[in-house]
Amino acid sequence: MPVAYATHNRILTISLSGDIDHHSVKGLLHSLEKEVDAVLPRQVVVDCSGVTFMDSSGIAILLRLRQQMDELSGTIQVTGLNEQPARVLRAAGIGRLIPIAQ
Amino acid sequence: MRTVKYTNQVVLTFPSKSANEAFARSAAAAFAAQLDPTLDELGDVKTAVSEAVTNAIVHAYPDTLGKVEMKLRLYPGNEMELIVRDWGVGIPDVETPLFTTGNEERSGMGFTIMESFTDTLKVRSVPGKGTTVTMRKRFALRAGGQHP
Repeated sequence: MPVAYATHNRILTISLSGDIDHHSVKGLLHSLEKEVDAVLPRQVVVDCSGVTFMDSSGIAILLRLRQQMDELSGTIQVTGLNEQPARVLRAAGIGRLIPIAQ
Repeated sequence: MRTVKYTNQVVLTFPSKSANEAFARSAAAAFAAQLDPTLDELGDVKTAVSEAVTNAIVHAYPDTLGKVEMKLRLYPGNEMELIVRDWGVGIPDVETPLFTTGNEERSGMGFTIMESFTDTLKVRSVPGKGTTVTMRKRFALRAGGQHP
């Protein structure tokens, strides 16, 4: 699962790409947690513009990131969602927990 | 019980390796192409299959490899049936599937997603014997499309 990190002004942008499923996210959760722990951002922006497919494995990742940002009293935002991932997040009601920018 | 005979069928059997999740949803999408689907409809099929197959891989066979069967059927009226079956540990209380027996990498949302991306969802499970998830999805009829 390709992931890229960029930090600017304590805003950590996490760019995900490709298909996000149970197979492809193996190890990703740990790597995301480590990055957030190292950067201690005030905001995390999850850029999903490169995500071609997402199932509920992506939800687990977003919920964990939100929990981590809660612990840091920071915020999280999801951007750049394509139609299929957007439908998955809508079906799960994730918009109530994490702001989703269109 | 449905008595209408299906017009086409494919049956795939594979071991519960997570690498097969992507294969299963691509195969289902390729088979669904006969129904002249929209991109959204293909996305729905891929999502539902991904959740059902992942459940079999993660929950049915937590510590071992087992057999997963995916049966895809087309019915008159542009309807597709997706059946994902395993012979694993089963689900003890199938009425309340909004939980996860997996680790923190699972969200517990699998059945919720399957339900919202298909028209009907049925789950039959016997602890110690296995689980069968049956989903139906009707595709919109489009003018000029070839229907089986």
